Amino acid sequence: MELKHMAEGKEEAMEELTERIKEDFLPVELTATSEDLSETTVDEAYAKDIIVMLGRADEGEIKLGDIELKVNKCELPEKTKIELKHKLRAVRTKLSCEKLDDILQTVVAKYEKAKVDPREAVGIVAAQSIGEPGTQMTMRTFHYAGVGAIYITLGLPRIIEIVDARKKLSTPTMTIKLLGEYASERNKAEQLAMEIQETHIRDIGRIGISTGDMSVWLSLNERELEKRHIKREEVEEKIKGIGADMLVEMLEDGRLKIRGESKSFHELSKLERTVSNTLVKGIEGIRRVLARRETGGEYVLYTVGSELKRLKNQKKIEGVDFKRTKTNNIGEIAEVLGIEAARNAIIDEMSSTLKEQGLDVDARHITLIADAMTTDGVVKQIGRHGIAGGKASVLSRAAFEVTVDNLLEAAIHGETEGLKGVTENVIVGQPIKLGTGAVELVAGK
Amino acid sequence: MKKGKDSILEHELVPKHEIAGEEEVAELLDTYKIRKEQLSKIKLSDPVIKEIKAEVDDVVRITRRSEIAGKLLSYRLVIE
Repeated sequence: MELKHMAEGKEEAMEELTERIKEDFLPVELTATSEDLSETTVDEAYAKDIIVMLGRADEGEIKLGDIELKVNKCELPEKTKIELKHKLRAVRTKLSCEKLDDILQTVVAKYEKAKVDPREAVGIVAAQSIGEPGTQMTMRTFHYAGVGAIYITLGLPRIIEIVDARKKLSTPTMTIKLLGEYASERNKAEQLAMEIQETHIRDIGRIGISTGDMSVWLSLNERELEKRHIKREEVEEKIKGIGADMLVEMLEDGRLKIRGESKSFHELSKLERTVSNTLVKGIEGIRRVLARRETGGEYVLYTVGSELKRLKNQKKIEGVDFKRTKTNNIGEIAEVLGIEAARNAIIDEMSSTLKEQGLDVDARHITLIADAMTTDGVVKQIGRHGIAGGKASVLSRAAFEVTVDNLLEAAIHGETEGLKGVTENVIVGQPIKLGTGAVELVAGK
Repeated sequence: MKKGKDSILEHELVPKHEIAGEEEVAELLDTYKIRKEQLSKIKLSDPVIKEIKAEVDDVVRITRRSEIAGKLLSYRLVIE
């Protein structure tokens, strides 16, 4: 700094210096910027770097196009780029070309540094990162989820269900989103709920056998019919649809008389059961449907029982927004929507379960698990029938579960042990090929 | 390709699947120094593969939406 000035007139110099500090080191907008930046999810350290650089004096101006162009050229994740552009645009006037390059370089360097190193044991880290919070999970199997009387498995049992890739869930449920007025009007939504919920003949009337004339009688409950918007004729049609030889007639007391080809009592009671289990309306397997208003004011249907395929293939029911409809059955998603959708579902289900329990697990760990489970194109469980069982190493499989069986099988088939993995090498007492153990170094001369 | 509300390609959970060109695949394999077989797999019977009519040995480019990275490219090899 100009000491000459200071010697000549101290006050004058101080004033000038303060001015310069204000101008160069503390732009007025900087407070706003730093506040802005501290909110970001991007690494805070580099946010600070940006501020530090902004503090320096600058000359020249850059255009929006420069930011766009230069940021796009960087090897950064999409989300970071968008955020970076946004931040840079806000402070554009303070930037020079040189400074922009400087910032970008720092960001890229920080990003590279934040990346996981090659040969890092990410699987172990993921396992621990989920395992530890898992110990804190409550053992409550069922939890009232606030959806009128629909119970869904949550907590640890649910996590186990997901990683085991269970086909049969303890509480399968679908979340059906609706279209247009079905989503905005309660009546419409409830009507639709009735359309989807399965209705068997047994739900809408009493049924019995009359041994005198070897027939089955059915007394329909008018109230139930009205509630479910079912006409008598529809029921009759359904009964006739059971077999070609079905005869239906109305009795004087309003009951329906049903006669088939039944010759014995055994056949007659079989007919009774068939009639009683005949589906009149809805989707088979969806035992209950409830309409509930979400926070956004939108009505959403929750079901007991999950039948994504049947819901997709049905043609009659209108108002269902299939592309936003989900199920908690991952196997079903894999079947109907494919492996990538299943991968997304695993991530969504796991993170929401953990979040619901108040646990904060980084999305990267969950993503890794979902990737491991779906990388072969089918949903594989984490366990001896899936990922652990599919390992190439005999020792690794034997160390996991059913030791003797694995060793015996391997001996019978004459398998060889390559000693490439971690477990095998720990067993035989060799250094594991991980991290620095994975590379061989030769000292230079 | 089927469009409309019934198409599974429009579903929220389904990311964009496209058949990757030969050049792109070559570049990908070269970048990571891997063989095609080392890619993740997707079955020919996968509903999305049926929709986009990919064949065995094709490589499918998947544009995932990621909470962490925003947008992310991933590849899967179509197998029987």
